[in-house]
Amino acid sequence: MSPRAAWRLETLGFGEVYDYIDGKVDWMAAGLPTEGTNAQHPRAGDIARKDVPTAGLQEKLGDVKARVEVQGWDAVVAVNDQRVVLGLLRAKELAGDPEQPIEKAMRPGPSTFRPYVSLHEMLHFMVDHKLDSAPVTTSDGRLVGLLLQKDVAAEMEKK
Amino acid sequence: MPREIRREEVRKVVASGAQLVEVLPSPEYEEDHLPGAIHIPLRKIDSQGVELLDRKRAVIVYCWDTA
Repeated sequence: MSPRAAWRLETLGFGEVYDYIDGKVDWMAAGLPTEGTNAQHPRAGDIARKDVPTAGLQEKLGDVKARVEVQGWDAVVAVNDQRVVLGLLRAKELAGDPEQPIEKAMRPGPSTFRPYVSLHEMLHFMVDHKLDSAPVTTSDGRLVGLLLQKDVAAEMEKK
Repeated sequence: MPREIRREEVRKVVASGAQLVEVLPSPEYEEDHLPGAIHIPLRKIDSQGVELLDRKRAVIVYCWDTA
């Protein structure tokens, strides 16, 4: 649709016309702000915990577990140096052999969600799929935060 | 000829004074639009529909995605 709009503007005499081809979905997936009626309601990216611990693939599980327990977490997101999500470790994975690297212990390729997804949609999905938590990422896979089902439910209760 | 741009360039061009135009139908614009974007649905882009726009400034159009 936008390419046709761009060409039409040019035929109407506009000299400098750009087409943001990836559009609104790309903007929202990057967690950037929007205006409008939906912007008044919190979404996945708004309440995802930004302080979720992360770990590199070569770190030892035992070291990571000790570090995150001090912070009060029982989940860790495995990321690369670009903060791209490569895996997830919840309590079950964290209870594995402390000598193994994160790369071996993690659950690889977890389902991720974009920041603009509504809390209503997230809660349904997380309940249906028995997910206590889910990583929220930008469209290029970078970690925004970890969304906790209990946080989603609490936020929905406020309405 | 219109030029295709990506997100980071959108931000730069807007910061330098470009006008943002969402061309989707009204309900979608009302729910969410980029900050500062004005609404001109595709079907309204004609000589009257673009009166809100300044022809001397750059214009960026967008819809939902690449479709």
